[in-house]
Amino acid sequence: MSAPVSVSLLVNGEPIDAVVLPRLNLADFIREHLKLTGTHVGCEHGVCGACTVRVDGEIVRSCLMLTVQAQGASVETIEGLSDSGEIADLQAAFRERNALQCGYCTPGMLMTAQDLLKHVSMPDRPAIREHLSGNYCRCTGYQAIVDAVEATARTRAERRA
Amino acid sequence: MKAAAFAYARATSVVNALELLAAHGDKAKVLSGGQSLMPAMNLRLLSPDILVDIGGLAELRGIAVRGDVLVVGALTRHVDLLGSPEIALHAPLLRDAVAHVAHPAIRNRGTIGGSLAHADPASELPACVLALDATIVVRGPAGERRIAATEFFKGIYETALSPDELLVAVEVPVAGQGVAFFFQEYARRHGDYAIVGLAACAVVAAGSFSDLRLGFFAVGDRPVLAAAAGKLINASVTPALLAEATAALADELDPQEDQQATAAMRRHLAAVLLRRCAAALLARPELEKGATR
Ligand SMILES: Cc1cc2nc3c(=O)[nH]c(=O)nc-3n(C[C@H](O)[C@H](O)[C@H](O)COP(=O)(O)OP(=O)(O)OC[C@H]3O[C@@H](n4cnc5c(N)ncnc54)[C@H](O)[C@@H]3O)c2cc1C
Ligand code: FES
Ligand code: FES
Repeated sequence: MSAPVSVSLLVNGEPIDAVVLPRLNLADFIREHLKLTGTHVGCEHGVCGACTVRVDGEIVRSCLMLTVQAQGASVETIEGLSDSGEIADLQAAFRERNALQCGYCTPGMLMTAQDLLKHVSMPDRPAIREHLSGNYCRCTGYQAIVDAVEATARTRAERRA
Repeated sequence: MKAAAFAYARATSVVNALELLAAHGDKAKVLSGGQSLMPAMNLRLLSPDILVDIGGLAELRGIAVRGDVLVVGALTRHVDLLGSPEIALHAPLLRDAVAHVAHPAIRNRGTIGGSLAHADPASELPACVLALDATIVVRGPAGERRIAATEFFKGIYETALSPDELLVAVEVPVAGQGVAFFFQEYARRHGDYAIVGLAACAVVAAGSFSDLRLGFFAVGDRPVLAAAAGKLINASVTPALLAEATAALADELDPQEDQQATAAMRRHLAAVLLRRCAAALLARPELEKGATR
């Protein structure tokens, strides 16, 4: 029972083969085994959003996904999005507007905000709030985060025009 | 917390999943999206010996129209319901409801089959399948069973499913002529479980209801198809009649008290939703105010 299972997946484009216990969730795999500690763990039951990562292009809670469920999947973490430059402008906007204080929620916020900006080109503030509704921030009061996402949406729209 | 240890089996087909469930009985749990099961396991509320992961069974995912029935596979994800043109055309109630289910990252993995099998009384989709008069299709060792949604929910987290059965699909009648829907809920924050909600399906002809199905949720130990709707069917809906129906609704509901609301508050909110529903579906805004008593 509960024997280790082998799993192959891509993490930030890099092929990974591992043998893991079924109970190991994807967040702990990313943090403890791969030492990619940008993915944070807050609640471990899906409510805080700190552990948000992308699996096959869509955001998910890595605390609610088993590593073995990621067999064959392509996982992207905050390190991947950051290193590729995909969210450099969003990160800069967070910095400029003080949209982070302790930073605990920030990786999940960036993941989720980038997901919104990929799907909707010019979201209004209620839409931004709704998309981020599953991500807790205990420091900023959210205003600055919404400001940063809104500002990024605007500059991206201008760049496209 | 972290989940206790368990064994893991990735089902290769529906038949294989049923074999695994038969072999392990109630020591096994089906894993679909994991968006309710994993939190329960991480909190150590549940510790099954083995998870049977059906997540890879493509045969259970997807939406198809067969005649006048919309067939929604059990593994169809919340996000699929939101984006599906078939759902928007034939069962927009599901789209309207699922927009209130959790948050984007959770909707990307949570499934309709998991939501119905989980049977949280505060969940949106169980109330929708009641209102839509849907049929739940289940497969077990003895073959297929088809269960009316009205017979499916048995209590908090309890359904007509036995541990060796798999929910495989939901069949929803395609919306016909004159069918109208209403969905609203009270929640503290978008995406939270509702304090009280209503998913309704009506047939409106010549300014009155020739049919009305009111699926209330978060008002008891399971979703409720309110009998009070009967008062409004084939009748001229006056503020007085609507007051009679809301009084009957308050009698019929047996809401629980919890940290979100008292039973009295839930009864009150259910009545408000009923008035809003009648006002919206009959396009008579004055009904929302209710009769002065
Ligand atoms: C933070 C958060 C907020 C949420 N908010 C809401 C909300 O507002 N409204 C709401 O409705 N839901 C909410 N959910 C729950 C979410 O909708 C889940 O996706 C859903 O309840 C279960 O679907 P699943 O596919 O993830 O099922 P799983 O978690 O995989 O399974 C749930 C249960 O059903 C059983 N099961 C699953 N599939 C089958 C099947 N095909 N046959 C037989 N048994 C099966 C499992 O064994 C388990 O007992 C929330 C979840 C989280 C984490
Ligand atoms: S740690 Fe995953 S949602 Fe909180
Ligand atoms: S910056 Fe501290 S939790 Fe958001």
